[in-house]
Amino acid sequence: MKEDKFIRLIERCFNALLAVTIITLMFPFAAYYFICTYEGKVDNEEEVVVEQVMKVDDGITTDDNEILNGVHVNSGLIEDKGYEIVFATCTKCHSAKLVTQNRATREGWESMIRWMQRTQKLWDLGENETLILDYLSKNYAPEKKGRRAALSNIEWYELKD
Amino acid sequence: MMAKNKDSRRLFLKRGSMLALAGFTGLDIVFGENMPEGYVPVILEGDDPFKLFNKHKDMSLLNDKPWNMEAQAHLLDDRITPESRIFIRNNGLIPEKADPKKWTLTVDGESVIKAKTYTLDELKSKFKQYTYQLTLECGGNGRSEYDPPAKGNQWTIGAVACASWTGIRLRDLLEDVGIKGDAVYVGYYGADKHLSGDENKVVISRGVPISKAMQDETLIAFAMNGKDIPLVHGYPLRMVAGGWPASTSGKWLNKLVVRNKVHDGPKMEGSSYRVPCESVPPGAKVEDKDMCIIESMPVKSLITYPQSGAMIDENKQLDIRGHAWAGEFEVSSMKYSIDFGATWHKCELEKSANRLAWQHWKAKVRFPKKGYYEVWAKATDSNGVGQPMVVPGWNPKGYLNNACHRIAVKVK
Repeated sequence: MKEDKFIRLIERCFNALLAVTIITLMFPFAAYYFICTYEGKVDNEEEVVVEQVMKVDDGITTDDNEILNGVHVNSGLIEDKGYEIVFATCTKCHSAKLVTQNRATREGWESMIRWMQRTQKLWDLGENETLILDYLSKNYAPEKKGRRAALSNIEWYELKD
Repeated sequence: MMAKNKDSRRLFLKRGSMLALAGFTGLDIVFGENMPEGYVPVILEGDDPFKLFNKHKDMSLLNDKPWNMEAQAHLLDDRITPESRIFIRNNGLIPEKADPKKWTLTVDGESVIKAKTYTLDELKSKFKQYTYQLTLECGGNGRSEYDPPAKGNQWTIGAVACASWTGIRLRDLLEDVGIKGDAVYVGYYGADKHLSGDENKVVISRGVPISKAMQDETLIAFAMNGKDIPLVHGYPLRMVAGGWPASTSGKWLNKLVVRNKVHDGPKMEGSSYRVPCESVPPGAKVEDKDMCIIESMPVKSLITYPQSGAMIDENKQLDIRGHAWAGEFEVSSMKYSIDFGATWHKCELEKSANRLAWQHWKAKVRFPKKGYYEVWAKATDSNGVGQPMVVPGWNPKGYLNNACHRIAVKVK
């Protein structure tokens, strides 16, 4: 009797051990499977998102369209009628900084366009040209500087020896 | 929200920008086809140009496509300008790769007896090497002050530097190649890419007359401040023609042409690096035929210490210092004024380390009483020509502004 009990005990222990071993062995596979499927889901989601952004914004993400204090943050261009077309056209080849740091009359801006068309492979702007020139001559017109401007934006500081 | 995911944003920018901009504007994007595959304006990648080019945080970024950056006066206090404070001037896109093992320089043109090609190692081993401190200043330095405004990067005062350059003499190279008696000009070509993405379009190809090419200090350089030239400054090989518009010192140099006429590469003609042969009133239209190529840069100086805006106590003496240079010539006198030019006082002026290096100057200034002052600095060259206090003669592209530099000082 005692021997039977002992054998049953051994059997139970063995079964338990077997179960634990099987579960332990299975765990990495299960985990691996879980991770794979989970990552797969993330990948798919991202792809869908990218497609959506491209469809909805047609080129410029929400961040890239941000306007702060009347300025298009991404480019520094003043927000006004035609800035989108200026951004899209001009930054094809050069930085918007080349626009924003320059000032010219309508005639001056037109001559820059002609120069870029003559020498820099700028294409015919078609009916957009009027829009672009309206925008540039209004928002980036020359200011009188005279023969020598006064010092400005001086940042005062204590000079110690 | 999704745009915050860096990877998807990047993917989107790469895949979408060209095509999407076309859709956005309804424009036929002629350039789209020419744009190098996968080329994304570097700024969109979120790279920090100050880290990218090892520049001081107080340098000012004028342009990110192409890259253009300038110093402020107080950043240029060193006798030899360190890499971190040297202005960046680009007309096109910086070459992505430059393999020094495969790099060659070809010397060709109507006025060579026979074209010859050298590897970088050959140039370094075959010819004697020289080191000079050479002042390089952008022809358009100071452009921002012209009225009416001139188009282009609006440089203030920081597109100048004097680094130590090591290389071989252009003269030795030309003698090794063998040039004909009718040689007039040496033009350069480099490996930078045109903004339009057109691989066949040359960005800039300028150069110097034979007389400048033959000077001792005109170098084909491979080192700057004792190290390989940084990529943005022309690695692995560039021309250095001190005292002339820095655009004559071609970067990423892979070809020289010895011409029997004035070189006619891009940026040699029209209003590029040229000024009216005869002075014109501000805003005048000038015909191409009436424009002359800029050669030597004009006399100029900077106050590099203290930084503008210094407040000092009454009865305190103020030490000021800086550099002065005069293109092809020497600076013969240096003066300062604290009364807007009514009276001028002599500064101590050093000789240059070598010809075409900037000269250092210093002075001790006493202010008579409390108040707002401007310290103005004025250099005069060996021909007796000094810097004007007002912006000099107007020219269509706003070159050669050598008006006196000044700083603000308050005495309390």
